[in-house]
Amino acid sequence: MIARLRVDPIACEGRAVCTEMLPELITLDDWGFPIIGDGPVPRRLLGDVRVTVRACPKLALRISDEGSAHIVRRVMIRGAQLPGTGSGRGNPREQILEEVLGDVIQD
Amino acid sequence: MSTAAAVSGSQGLWFVSRGSGLALLAAFSAVQVLGVAARLGSAPRRWPRFVTGELHRALALFSVAFLCLHVVTAIADPYVTIGWAAAVLPLTSAYRTAAIGLGALAADLGGAVLITSLFRRHLGYRTWRAVHWLALVAWPAAFAHSLTAGNDLRIWWVALIEWACAAAVATAALARLLHIVGKPPEHAGIPPRERTPA
Amino acid sequence: MHGAMTQHPPQPVGPASGRAPDQLPRLLPAGLAAGPVSLAAHLARYGPPPSFGPGQSGQRARQALIAEVGRAGLTGRGGAGFPTARKLAAVARQGALPGARAPVVIANGTEGEPASAKDKVLMATSPQLVLDGAVLAAELTGASEAIIVVHRAVREIIDDAAAERRRARFDRVRIRVRTAADRFTGGEASAVAHWIERGIATPTATPPRLAERGLAGAPTLVQNVETLAHIALITRYGAAWFRSAGTSAEPGSMLVTVMGAVCEPCVLEIGIGVPVGYVLQLAGGAATALRAVLLGGYFGVWADAGEALTRPFSAEGLADLGAGPGAGLIAALPADACGLWETAQVVRYLATESAGQCGPCLFGLDAIAGELERLAGGRSADLGMLRRWLGQVDGRGACAHPSGTVRLVRSALQVFADELEQHAAGWCCGINSILPVRSGRLR
Repeated sequence: MIARLRVDPIACEGRAVCTEMLPELITLDDWGFPIIGDGPVPRRLLGDVRVTVRACPKLALRISDEGSAHIVRRVMIRGAQLPGTGSGRGNPREQILEEVLGDVIQD
Repeated sequence: MSTAAAVSGSQGLWFVSRGSGLALLAAFSAVQVLGVAARLGSAPRRWPRFVTGELHRALALFSVAFLCLHVVTAIADPYVTIGWAAAVLPLTSAYRTAAIGLGALAADLGGAVLITSLFRRHLGYRTWRAVHWLALVAWPAAFAHSLTAGNDLRIWWVALIEWACAAAVATAALARLLHIVGKPPEHAGIPPRERTPA
Repeated sequence: MHGAMTQHPPQPVGPASGRAPDQLPRLLPAGLAAGPVSLAAHLARYGPPPSFGPGQSGQRARQALIAEVGRAGLTGRGGAGFPTARKLAAVARQGALPGARAPVVIANGTEGEPASAKDKVLMATSPQLVLDGAVLAAELTGASEAIIVVHRAVREIIDDAAAERRRARFDRVRIRVRTAADRFTGGEASAVAHWIERGIATPTATPPRLAERGLAGAPTLVQNVETLAHIALITRYGAAWFRSAGTSAEPGSMLVTVMGAVCEPCVLEIGIGVPVGYVLQLAGGAATALRAVLLGGYFGVWADAGEALTRPFSAEGLADLGAGPGAGLIAALPADACGLWETAQVVRYLATESAGQCGPCLFGLDAIAGELERLAGGRSADLGMLRRWLGQVDGRGACAHPSGTVRLVRSALQVFADELEQHAAGWCCGINSILPVRSGRLR
């Protein structure tokens, strides 16, 4: 699982509890609001991240799981090599592939 | 009631009930004060902000333990007739109906706050917050219960603890009220005067 | 596009193929417009819209038309440029899930951008085309209702056009018209849905996405009114016709607002990819020597006039200037105006128009505007601090407001770099202003 820490900027009020608990990933901007480091959460920090997410007084933090869509895609493509899957529209594997990719595509 | 007389049997249960009740009031009052402190974003010098929130949660859970002890010993005590139902249904106790009823009310409201807090990620922020305001009613009910359900105010240090709790919670409530009144109306959520660029 | 979506061979679309306009304008009326085009005149010009039979064959026809829009390569004309067919397919798919609510289509005619007038002009002159597009989008996605959110200036015209269709019992889909909120952020997609649902025109947090759960929990399609007008024509005449204008990478026509130091500020329909200078010629040419042009909108980018005029007006053509067609604005800055002062004015406007929901936007844009005002006013300003704040604000809002503003400022600091020194010494070159900061005024 590729976990990313995200903040909902509308819910966040800059209470700054998170930056105390997780200084490795969260710093404050000049107005007291959290800047979250880019990139996936390192495995060793996952526990701390979970506690911090729970501690946010506005429930503004969340861990988003962005790895699995890519994993599903690899599985699906491998699956399509098996005999009897056919091709063309209506192939359920291709339909699932479309839906998964549809979720990954940003608006 | 002489303290020397009692440790075993029904007097013991009654003592534990009253003692745990007092401890519960103190803990519950501390929970209220810490809750307000967390909301106001207070950041004392030697103490990271998150400690306030975490302590508020931890003490709330402790309070549940005290509550269970308090209720079980009070009901198990054969000296007074309080049915099991009276723990959660107000006005069903035979002994001091109103006083115990207030206690049951406080327990019910506190229970609602607790359960919604445990599941707040699933319920969403708005629902959780709306129910959390019930704590505002729970504390006065608990306090009124503590004044009327027992006869211990005559003991000087019990009275001291009671009034200290009342003073602490009243101060916290006043601070919260001033915070609400002092917020400028236009900005939903972020009062600009509380922030200045570094 | 995925292979699965293009399995069917292309087929001539719609009963009206014979009437496809073979030259521009396509969306706007040809020649001088006397007023909004009536339903009868609209049908006489374009022919009837496609209709769908019941059951499986109707479903196949809908999917075929979505695929046709995909082949046409239509992208959103509201500024974001997202592929339209993908959005249609996503909402249709969400609506087809078991237990899902019926989708809703929202036609976004808010046009919160004060300098842009193209949506208002389109709605004022071709309201029936916009309504056609909204109804078709509803049919294609399985929606039972299309809500048209319009700028108050054209509310009456759209109301009348919708009433005309109702009297003729023209549509199976119900059309509702609402006046847009009068604020800049009101045009953002989630803000429009929020405005309809709760009367508050502020953007909402993105999970869940509108296509999955938007208005009243239903899959919601929000599409700019110009995009819908294009859909109305693609479904009649087909992808090949649509692609006969524009470039191969960015096909079709688009509406642009040309204003500022041009002889005849106006709204035009152009093929994507024509040179910027040519567009200015269509607007009567530059009124005076130009210093720079603002391309796209208030979230767009300044470009030096000499460099920009020869470039094609397309995403590809403007990419190396860091610019894009955006919401179709081309504002010409005369040589005797001050780009820094214009930018400072616009940024102050954008800062006050912040929805105020996100700290970095609310406080950051205010700080950036303050610094820019000092810069433009010839007082001492801290460029280092300004750049620091631009970095801190970029990408940290719930919507594109802070990022768009940062983009504008960065381009101003680059294009007007020479003037920075002058201003630091207390001099300013410019006297006239061209960009409005109140909605509805075009100079």
